[in-house]
Amino acid sequence: MQAAAEPLHGHGHGEELSWWRKYVFSVDHKMIGKQYMSLSLFMMLIGGLTALLIRWELAWPETPVPGFGWVPEPTMFEGVVPPEFYNALITMHGTIMVFFVAMPFLLGAFGNFLIPLMVGAPDMAFPRLNMMSFWTIFTASLVLLAGFFVPGGAAAAGWTGYAPLSADPQYTGVNWGINLWLIALAMEFASFLMGGVNFMTTAINMRAPGLSLMRLPLLVWTQVTAAVLFLLSVGPLVGGAIMLLFDRTIGTSFFLPARGGDALLWQHLFWFFGHPEVYVVMLPGFGIILEIFPVFTRKPIFGYKAIVYSIIATGILSFLVWAHHMFVSGIDPRLATPFSVTTILISVPFAIMVFSMVASFRGGAISYPTPMLFAVGALGTFLIGGVTGIFLGSATVDIFLHGTYFVVAHFHYTLFPSVLFGGLAGVYFWFPKMFGRMMNETLGKIHFWITFFSFNCVFIPLFFAGVAGNMRRVYNPVQYDFLKHLAGIHQFATYAAIVLLAGQIPFIINFFWSLFAGKRATDNPWKANTLEWATSSPPPHGNFEKVPTVYRDPYEYSLPGATEDYLPQYAPTPAARGV
Amino acid sequence: MLSWFPENISTFGGDIDRVFGLIYYIVGFWFLLTEAVLLYFLVRYRRRQGHAPTYSRGDTWSELAWVLVPVAIVLALDLGIDMAGGPVWAHIKEQRPADGVQVIVTGKQFNWNFTYPGPDGKFDTPDDVTIENELHVPVNQNVLLTLRAKDVIHSFFIPNVRLKQDVLPGRTIRGWFNATKPGQYEIACAELCGFGHYNMRGFLIVHDSNGYQEWLNKQWPPAATADAAPPAPEHS
Amino acid sequence: MSSAGVAEHSHADSTEFTGQPLGKIGVWWFLASEIMVFGGLIGSYILSRIAAGGWAAERAHVNTTIAIINTIVLVTSSFTVVKAHAAAEADDRSKARQFMLYTVILGCMFLCFKGYEYSREIEHGLTPASGLFWSFYYTMTGLHGLHVLVGIIINFSLFIAAGGAAWPHIKHRFEYAGLYWHFVDVVWIFLFPLLYLA
Repeated sequence: MQAAAEPLHGHGHGEELSWWRKYVFSVDHKMIGKQYMSLSLFMMLIGGLTALLIRWELAWPETPVPGFGWVPEPTMFEGVVPPEFYNALITMHGTIMVFFVAMPFLLGAFGNFLIPLMVGAPDMAFPRLNMMSFWTIFTASLVLLAGFFVPGGAAAAGWTGYAPLSADPQYTGVNWGINLWLIALAMEFASFLMGGVNFMTTAINMRAPGLSLMRLPLLVWTQVTAAVLFLLSVGPLVGGAIMLLFDRTIGTSFFLPARGGDALLWQHLFWFFGHPEVYVVMLPGFGIILEIFPVFTRKPIFGYKAIVYSIIATGILSFLVWAHHMFVSGIDPRLATPFSVTTILISVPFAIMVFSMVASFRGGAISYPTPMLFAVGALGTFLIGGVTGIFLGSATVDIFLHGTYFVVAHFHYTLFPSVLFGGLAGVYFWFPKMFGRMMNETLGKIHFWITFFSFNCVFIPLFFAGVAGNMRRVYNPVQYDFLKHLAGIHQFATYAAIVLLAGQIPFIINFFWSLFAGKRATDNPWKANTLEWATSSPPPHGNFEKVPTVYRDPYEYSLPGATEDYLPQYAPTPAARGV
Repeated sequence: MLSWFPENISTFGGDIDRVFGLIYYIVGFWFLLTEAVLLYFLVRYRRRQGHAPTYSRGDTWSELAWVLVPVAIVLALDLGIDMAGGPVWAHIKEQRPADGVQVIVTGKQFNWNFTYPGPDGKFDTPDDVTIENELHVPVNQNVLLTLRAKDVIHSFFIPNVRLKQDVLPGRTIRGWFNATKPGQYEIACAELCGFGHYNMRGFLIVHDSNGYQEWLNKQWPPAATADAAPPAPEHS
Repeated sequence: MSSAGVAEHSHADSTEFTGQPLGKIGVWWFLASEIMVFGGLIGSYILSRIAAGGWAAERAHVNTTIAIINTIVLVTSSFTVVKAHAAAEADDRSKARQFMLYTVILGCMFLCFKGYEYSREIEHGLTPASGLFWSFYYTMTGLHGLHVLVGIIINFSLFIAAGGAAWPHIKHRFEYAGLYWHFVDVVWIFLFPLLYLA
């Protein structure tokens, strides 16, 4: 059934663009969004491979990994991961997943593709800056991966890069690997600063008539808040990265006590950014599932305003909690109390968002196509991440749990739901809009269930490993007597991880097959209300034939008295449509 | 999950475990309740013939109460957790007993050095002894730790004592514990410190009072001549 | 909006919801992030200096005279960039270009004096490797100098472009360049007392 409003189609430029200008050096936000998606999915595979090697070593220490015998010494020894490479693997896994998967996938792909469409704009505010932001992170990815091939190997001081370990090559034996890591990070930061300026300026200034702030789709709220958070928090770490690079190369003393510096300064600079960063990654994931829920419950989101205020409150509070990563780091112990309190407070806006999402299902008429499965899966698993954070927020309990697998399991239960479940939900949901074709439902459901089941099998056991005292970043933990009994757990988690990786194959097949042979998508296959569904699938260059006018809130599903169970934002009032 | 903790042999370990247990039950209850409600809604409100969705937006205060009241309860419980944990933290990290056995702990790439002051009770005297990877202490007595690092940040972790403290080059940090059961327990490093991080395995040896005296005598033989040279540092 | 309008839509002129042009909003957000970069460095410097007891001995070696001259140069250049912007607003192309060129020249003077200052210090063996104070000194003034250089390039490009066919479409860029240049000046206003005076 069609909405009575005419679908709005646009037509593009008069002139034809060359292949290079259309697919490579495009200034169109939709193409740039797809480029970000391609990059992040590729880097996800690399990050997944590092995880495979790590998990293999944890399950069967000092045994060769099948299929990796070709890696030359001294990186690997006939397929066996040595301790040096193990440290490089855990470092690069974290760095790749946070900075080169999570951010480009959630912000770069979905933010770029959707923000102009959802606000009714023809493109981002600064299209050429947008293009530059993609090519900057593309180059940064090459710089980062180059670290695997330089003498001394890739960065190996953890994705957190604590000094002084990272500040003097003699401590790690890694020289150019960490320098390249710092340069890649600095470029990545620059890329997202450029992108962030675009996100905010577009969302603030280029909204269609009638689109007040309180009528913005929640995805736009989360993306813009994430962009603001990033913009305001990354500065100190940019300074810190320069300071660390200088310590390593020109003999400065910032983080080297031996030369007069301070070992803790890096941690403060890192976590002042690092904590807001986790919300930069988490909020857009929430934004995606918040868009998907109303579409498949056919009713409004519960508590739109409460959620908006919670998003903003999360952003502000995120600047006040950073030292909960540093309770046992050597800071004055009296600082633990104020930071424990702020950490408790930040769970309030979270709880509001989560409970509101749960309440959104009440009274619905819920269907479960693949995007909805992933969105619900994201909510259900994120809850585990959220509640386990309470353990770590207590400084007392953190004495034991800090630096153990409990932390690893906790953050995988916040990041994975947001980035992977949320991001994949977004792919399945907006694939029709992006590529003009529907994805295959059967393959999608297979993908979901394998991913959901195996993900939980990998990480639930790791909570237990953490409670048992299993330290992080430790090659061969079962050499310790007190951890010997965890051998079975580590092997179980590794089997599950292999299944998790293999379970992405149906998705890869589905993605590429659907690109060419999927059923053609209509303008609004999901019968949704937000502005991106007002135009064709995919939208033309310029997005809309004429600038849409917004008449109402974004989630008017099953409005009493309406003829259909959805009422798009861009549809004139029923009376005006002559109904 | 609580049964997965390593055996606790420390005076303050039980307090930490109790706070963990408190969080576990509070959080566990809310987690199960929320998942149950979610699951119930997901099943109960499936799309069915003849059942139209309810247009509820949650923008009136009476509707929002369903969210805000649980949130207020969660907040109150969280603050309660903080208040339960606060005194324990202060006891372990902010306070330190006045007397006890003294040891200097130095973390370095890639082992732990333990320096004992010897019979004169003072450091930086000729009778100091440094032993690699073995921390010998008497049972039921305070052990006063001075924590240092030689090169990079390490983290001194004794799971059975529930003790963890990062050690920093260029800084001295004080810690303490009191072990309640004799035996041998492991020490690990809990902060990535280089390629040998995984291998920084040390041992805490808690002696009963006889055993401790024996160990002391072995390290510093009660010499017939008072100015006998102290034994060379050894791995006992 | 017709398709022709889409093709030629000038984002710089969009003043929809806030009444401000896109470019100005974009520049302010960019400056906000830059404030955090220098803020992090300056904050770290202040805390390190307190912990180290003041660094009076090291600071005796900085060249306050050159710094005073540089401060005057930079503040004057902020004045000239304001005049350039005002002239651009008033459609006075040659005056706008003239004052922008003064700004460029003053910026170059700043860098020359700074370079001379560095060379004297290095001659005396005071390099970034000479301790924590000098680590901060070189990093903060170096990063600031890099920002001055970028500003000079922007200003000079604008000076050139305003002489060609792009005028008057690019008038508003004089304001944006001015905003950035003021920011660079303000950072120096913080660095100068922290490194040379207090």
